[in-house]
Amino acid sequence: MTAVLLKLKRANPVGWSADQWRSLASGVFFPALGLALFLLVWHAGAQQINTSLGTFPGPVQVLEQWNNLVEEQRQENERRHAFYERQEQRNAELLARNPDAEIRWREYRGRPTFFDQVVTSLVTVVSGFVLASAIAIPLGILIGLSQQVYRAINPLIQVFKPVSPLAWLPLVTLVVSAVYVSSDPMFSRSFLVSMITVTLCSLWPTLINTSVGVSNISKDLQNVSKVLRLNWVTHIRTIVIPSAIPMMFTGLRLSLGIAWMVLIAAEMLAQNPGLGKFVWDEFQNGSSDSLGRICVAVLVIGVIGFLLDRSMLLLQSWVNWDKNAIVR
Amino acid sequence: MNQKHLELTQVAIEFPTPRGPFCALQNVNLTIAKGEFVSLIGHSGCGKSTVLNIVAGLYQATTGGVLLNGREVDEPGPERAVVFQNHSLLPWLTTYQNVELAVKQVFRGRKTRAEMREWIEHNLELVHMSHALHKRPDEISGGMKQRVGIARALAMEPQVLLMDEPFGALDALTRAHLQDSLMEIQADLKNTVIMITHDVDEAVLLSDRIVMMTNGPSATIGEILEVKLPRPRNRIALADNAEYNHYRHQVLSFLYEKQRKVEELQPRRETAASDAGKDASGVDEPKARA
Ligand SMILES: Nc1ncnc2c1ncn2[C@@H]1O[C@H](COP(=O)(O)OP(=O)(O)O)[C@@H](O)[C@H]1O
Ligand SMILES: [Mg+2]
Repeated sequence: MTAVLLKLKRANPVGWSADQWRSLASGVFFPALGLALFLLVWHAGAQQINTSLGTFPGPVQVLEQWNNLVEEQRQENERRHAFYERQEQRNAELLARNPDAEIRWREYRGRPTFFDQVVTSLVTVVSGFVLASAIAIPLGILIGLSQQVYRAINPLIQVFKPVSPLAWLPLVTLVVSAVYVSSDPMFSRSFLVSMITVTLCSLWPTLINTSVGVSNISKDLQNVSKVLRLNWVTHIRTIVIPSAIPMMFTGLRLSLGIAWMVLIAAEMLAQNPGLGKFVWDEFQNGSSDSLGRICVAVLVIGVIGFLLDRSMLLLQSWVNWDKNAIVR
Repeated sequence: MNQKHLELTQVAIEFPTPRGPFCALQNVNLTIAKGEFVSLIGHSGCGKSTVLNIVAGLYQATTGGVLLNGREVDEPGPERAVVFQNHSLLPWLTTYQNVELAVKQVFRGRKTRAEMREWIEHNLELVHMSHALHKRPDEISGGMKQRVGIARALAMEPQVLLMDEPFGALDALTRAHLQDSLMEIQADLKNTVIMITHDVDEAVLLSDRIVMMTNGPSATIGEILEVKLPRPRNRIALADNAEYNHYRHQVLSFLYEKQRKVEELQPRRETAASDAGKDASGVDEPKARA
C-alpha cells in the first residue's frame, strides 16, 4: 500500500501533494477495497448455500434481477402510456360523434412495480417521520424546560419507548379502520396505518434527545436571558432551540433510522404497499428469481437508509451554528 | 457622590443543601454611590459571586435586601447588567448580533433601527471590537470575547454594571489591556461598577473602594479600603508609587494575614461543592511581584 503510494508520489503525474494522495487513498481506495472483499465473500459464500428455491444468489444474479426489475418498470411505463393514449383516442372519437357524450377518464391500474413500492415506502417514511418530529420537538422542548412536565411524562416515555412496531400494528390498524371512515378518503388506510406505526416508534429518540438538550442549556446563558428579561418566545427562539440543536439532530437521525426499519417491518406484517410488501410477496411467490429479487430489495433498503441518514446530516450541517462540529 | 445609589442592607442568604441549609452570607451592608467603582475581593468560595448575583437579582437574599435608587431589587433586569466570568456570549450569534439581542431588548420602541445599529457599533467601538462585528465567538480570542461581553453589558446602558471576575480567565497581558480599556470607558461613562476580582493589583488600580470579604461560611464584609489615587491612573507610573504600594499591602495583609485561608481545616467536599471549576483561579497564593 505505502509502496504503491510512494511510487505514485514519485511519478506524480497530476502534481498532487502527498496529502491529496493520502485523502484519495482514504476516500476511495479503502472503501473500494472493503466493497471488493465483501463481493468476493458473498460470491464464494452464496454458492455454498442451497435453499429450497435453489442456490443463494451471488452478486451476478442479483445484478441480473436488478436489470429485470428495471426492465419490468420500463414495460409498465409503456403499458401505462399506451392505456392513456387509447383512452384519449376513444374519448376523442366519442366526442366527435356526439359532443354531449358523457366522458369517463379512468386511472391506469397496473400492478405496482418495485419502484412504485420504493416511492410508496419513501413517502410513508417521510410523512411518519415528519409527524413524529412535529410532535417530538415541541414536546421535548417542553419537557426539557419544565421539571414538572418531565416528571409527568417520563414514565410514559419509558414504558412506550421499548414497544415493538409489531405490537403497535394491530392496534393502529383497528383504530384507523374504526376512526377513519370516509367515502372518499384523502389517504388510503394502509398508508395511515404504516405512517402512524412509524410515528409511534420513531418519536422517542427525538423526544428524549431534545429534552436532554434543552435541560442542559448552560446556566450562564439562562442568566443572560434573565438579565435581558427575554420573553418566553424570544427565550426559546434565541437561547433554547439553538442550544438544543446538536442534541436534537442526534435524536432526529436516530429517529429516522428507526422509522425506516420499522416501516419495512410494518409493511411486511400488514401487507401494506411498500418495499416490505414487495419482499413478502416475493417470499410467498417462491419462484427461482425470488431470492435474487429479495436481495435487490435488501440492498435498496440499505442504500435508501444510508441516503436518508446522509440527508439528515446535510440538513444538520446546514442548520447547525457550530460549523466546527464533527458530524459523522 | 454621597447620595445612596445602591444599598445592601443586612443581606444574608442560605442555600438549601442535602446536609441542611448552608449560610453563605450574613450581615452584608454596603452603600455604593452613583458612578463609584467598587471591587469585591476575597478568597475563592467566600461568597463574592453570591453577593453579585443577589444584586443582579439572580439570587434572592434570605433576609435583608438590595435597594437601587430606593426601589427593591427582586428580579434580574437590564438596568443591572452583568458581565459574566466566561463571557457568556451566545455561540450561535455574531459579535454584532450578541450586542444586538441586548439592545433590541432594552431599547425596543425607544430607538429606531438606524439608531440601534449606530448604538451597537458605538459600543463595540468602545471596546475596540469594530473589526470583528461579524465573527462568531468561536472565531475570536478569549480577550475579545470578554470585550464583547462588556460591550453587551454597556450597551444596555445599565445603572449598575456587575462584573464577575471579568478578566480572570485571561493571560496577564490581555488582562492589563482590558483593564486600561475599562478605565477609559469608566472615565467616559461614569458607570456605577461592582467588580469581583482575585487580583490585588487589579483591585487597587481600578477601584474607588475595595471591599474585602471574610471567609465563609457566613461570610461578610471584613474591611473596606478607600483608594484615593488620582485618576487617570497609569499602571507604570503607579508601580513605584508609595501610596499605591501601601494600598496593595493593605489588601494583601487582609487576605493573607487576617483572613488567611487554612485549607487543612476546610473539608475537601466543601470546596468541591462550590463552583470549583469556575473559581479554579481563586486566591490561593500571594501573587508574586517584582
Ligand atoms: N446555588 C448554590 N447552592 C448551594 N451553595 C451555593 C450556591 N451558590 C454558591 N454556593 C456556596 O456559597 C459559597 C460562596 O460561593 P460563591 O459566591 O460562588 O464564592 P466566590 O464567588 O467568592 O468564589 C460557596 O461555599 C458555595 O459552595
Ligand atoms: Mg465566583
